[in-house]
Amino acid sequence: MLGKTAGGLYWMFRNLERAENTARLIEAGFRIALTRSQDQATGWKSVATTAGAAGSFSQKYQGFESADVINYLLRDPDNASSVLSVVKSARDNARLVRTALTTEVWSAVNDNWMTMKDLLAEPVVETELPKVLDIIRQQSALVRGALHGTMLRNDIYDFARLGTFIERADNTARIIDVKYYTLLPSTSFVGSSLDNVQWETILRSVSAHRAFRWLDEDDMTATSVARFLILDRRLPRSLIFSLEQTCSNLEHLCAEYGERHSCQDHASQMVQGLKNRDIASIFEEGLHEFITGFIRDNNALGQMIEQDYKFYG
Amino acid sequence: MRDAADTVRAPYASYRTWFDQQDAERLRAKHEEAEAFFRRTGITFNVYGEDAAQERLIPFDLVPRIISGREWKKLSRGIEQRVTAINAFLHDIYNRQEILRSGRMPRELIANNEAFLPQMIGMSPPGNVYTHIVGTDIVRTGEDDFFVLEDNARTPSGVSYMLENRETMLQMFPELFAKIKVQPVSDYPKNLRRSLAACAPPSCVGKPRVAVLTPGIYNSAYFEHSFLADQMGAQLVEGHDLRVVDGFLKMRTTRGYERIDVLYRRVDDEYLDPLSFNPDSMLGVPGIMDVYRAGNITIANAPGTGVADDKAIYSYMPELVEFYTGEKAILKNVDTWRCSEPDSLAYVLDNLADLVVKEVHGSGGYGMLVGPAASKKELEDFAVKLRVRPGNYIAQPTLSLSTVPIFVDQGLAPRHVDLRPFALVSPKGIDITPGGLTRVALKEGSLVVNSSQGGGTKDTWVLED
Repeated sequence: MLGKTAGGLYWMFRNLERAENTARLIEAGFRIALTRSQDQATGWKSVATTAGAAGSFSQKYQGFESADVINYLLRDPDNASSVLSVVKSARDNARLVRTALTTEVWSAVNDNWMTMKDLLAEPVVETELPKVLDIIRQQSALVRGALHGTMLRNDIYDFARLGTFIERADNTARIIDVKYYTLLPSTSFVGSSLDNVQWETILRSVSAHRAFRWLDEDDMTATSVARFLILDRRLPRSLIFSLEQTCSNLEHLCAEYGERHSCQDHASQMVQGLKNRDIASIFEEGLHEFITGFIRDNNALGQMIEQDYKFYG
Repeated sequence: MRDAADTVRAPYASYRTWFDQQDAERLRAKHEEAEAFFRRTGITFNVYGEDAAQERLIPFDLVPRIISGREWKKLSRGIEQRVTAINAFLHDIYNRQEILRSGRMPRELIANNEAFLPQMIGMSPPGNVYTHIVGTDIVRTGEDDFFVLEDNARTPSGVSYMLENRETMLQMFPELFAKIKVQPVSDYPKNLRRSLAACAPPSCVGKPRVAVLTPGIYNSAYFEHSFLADQMGAQLVEGHDLRVVDGFLKMRTTRGYERIDVLYRRVDDEYLDPLSFNPDSMLGVPGIMDVYRAGNITIANAPGTGVADDKAIYSYMPELVEFYTGEKAILKNVDTWRCSEPDSLAYVLDNLADLVVKEVHGSGGYGMLVGPAASKKELEDFAVKLRVRPGNYIAQPTLSLSTVPIFVDQGLAPRHVDLRPFALVSPKGIDITPGGLTRVALKEGSLVVNSSQGGGTKDTWVLED
C-alpha cells in the first residue's frame, strides 16, 4: 500500500472519531447547563478547554456564551477541529484513499459530509441541539458499521483502526484531565465524594454513564470513575482499551508485513506499563501528571507510526 | 431519432415502443433518482475558475443515444484507421520525419509547435505505442456522414462517465436491457489494464505493475482517475509518492520503495518532469524522463503525443491517413481554414459570423468563438485577436449536427450531440469499446457540448444487430 494511502486512512478515521467525541462533549456541556442553574459559563468554558479550543475561541469571542461555544465547536470554519471541519477533512481523506475503500464505506463518509453540510449550514438553535447531536453520532455509527461490515481485515483496516484508537485515547485522556480540574472547587476535594451530576457529566462525555451503573459500584467517587476510564479493559473508550487495540492492530501489521518497527515496541511497553498500574498509584503520582505523560506518549506513538509506515515523503 | 421523413429511425424503434408505454411521472422520478445516485457516489467534476471546493454533477439524460451495429462497424473501422495513422505519424515525426521530407506537411508546422517535444527525438517507446488511449470526437451530420472533430491523443477523459452512465441505466431500467440487446462496455477497465500491461518495458520482470498518476483530489477529473485505478486494481499515485531510485521509477509504500512499470499519467507533458520541462511543477517526478529514455518505464500516453491532436495538424489528417496506411480515410475531416495562411485568414475574417474559430492548442471549449451565436461586439473583439496571432487559430464551418432526443418536462425534445469513443492501443492491436461518451448540449439550439460549459451526458448504445 502507498504510504500516502496509509496516512489518508489514518487521518480519515482520526477525524471521524474527533467529530463524534466533540458531539458527545457538547452534549455533556448542554446537560450541565440544563441541570445547574448557576455558573453556566464555567461549564461551557470547560467544554471548550476539553475540546482543545479554548485558546482560539477566546481570540474570537468575549466570555463563554453557550451559543458561541456550540457554534464554534460545531460549525466554525476557523476552528480546524469543528465537527464540520473534521467531517470535511475526513471526506477529503476518503477521496484521497478512495481506491482503498469499499463503496459502502465511501458512500457512508460522503453521506456524512453531505448531511453535515445541510445540518450545520446555519447556527443551531438550542431546541434543535439534541436532535443535531444525535444525527452526528448516527452518521458516525453508519461509517463505522460500513467499515466493520464490508472491509477486508488487512493492512487497510489496520491503518483505519489505528487512527480511531490513537484519537480516542487522546480524547478520553483530555476529558479526564480537564474535567477533573475544572469541576473540582479546589485540589483538597481530590478523592472525595462529589456531586453526582459532575461525575455523570464526565461519564456522559464518553457515553459511559450507563455502563458505569452496570458495574454496581457503591459510590461515584473520583477514584472509581478514574479507574473506570483509565484501567477498565471492558470499556471501549478507556485508555487501556484504546491502547490495547492500537497495539493489536500494530501487531497485525507486523505479522502481515513480516517487519517489526519501533512503534510496536513502544506500544507494547505502554500497554505493559498501564497493566501494572492501579488507581491508587496513579493518584499518588498525581492524576494530572499521569494524564500529561499519557498524552505525550500517545502522541509520540502516533508520530512513530507515521514515520515507520512512511505516511509522508 | 427521426429521419428526414419524420419517421423513427430504425435503431430507435424498440426503444420508442418501450418509451411510449412509460408513465411520465415515473420517468421524472427515475431522473431524480439518477441524480441522487451520482451525488452520493461522488461522480462529480470541478469547474476551473469557480470556488475550488465546488464539485458539480454533469447532468445525466436518461434517454440513450442508439447506434446500430452496422453503423458502429463503419465508425470503429474508421477510428482504428485513424489511430493507426496517428501512431505511425508520431513515430515518424520523432524519428526519420519522412512526412516532412516528402513535402506533404510544412516543416514550420512541427518546428514551431509547442506540443512537439525535442526530448522525444530519436527514441521509440516500448512496443512503439505512443497513444495508448485515444478519445476521438465524432459528430454526425447525416445518415452516413460522420466527421471527426478532434483526435484527443494526449490524456482524453470521460471514460468513467461512459461506464457509470451504463451502470445507472442498468440499475434504473433493467427491463430495457432484457428487451434490447446492447453491446456491453463494462470490459473497458479490464481491457485498459491488459492493454497497458502489454506495453510494459522490456526490463519489467514478472507481472507489470501499473499506476495511475493524478494531479490530486482538486483536479477536475479526480473522480475519473480514482475510478479507473480502482476498477483496474492499479495504484493511484501523485508526484510526491514517486521517486527515481537506481534508475527505476518507484512509489513510496508502507514497506519502502517499490517499482512501477507502467504509468498511466493524467498530468500534462509540461508537468511530468521538472528537470526536463516546467521546473516549477510539483505534479510530476524529477528525473522520470531519464528513466523513460533508458527504457525502464512506460508512460501512457507517451510525452509529445500532443503534436498529433493539435488543431493545425488536424487539417492534414486525410493526407496523413493515406500516407501511413495507404488507404483513403473512412471518416471525414471538417473543412478547416488555417488562419496562419493569409488567404484563409482573409476568408475567415470575411465570414466570421458563419464560422467556429478555435485555438490551435485549446481544449474544453475555452477560448473558442461560435460565430452564429456571437454578438456583434464579440465578433469584433475576436477579429482583433485573429489579426494579432493568426497562427494561433483555425476556423471551421458550423456543421448541421444531428440531434437526438432528451427527456424534458414536456416529454422528448431534440438536442445536438457528439460522441467520443475510446480506443486502446497496444502491440497486440487496437481495441475500441462499442459506444463511448455521448455529450449533449442541453440548451435548445446550442452546439457546445463541453461539460465545463453546461453540457450533459447520456448512455450510448451500440446494438447487437
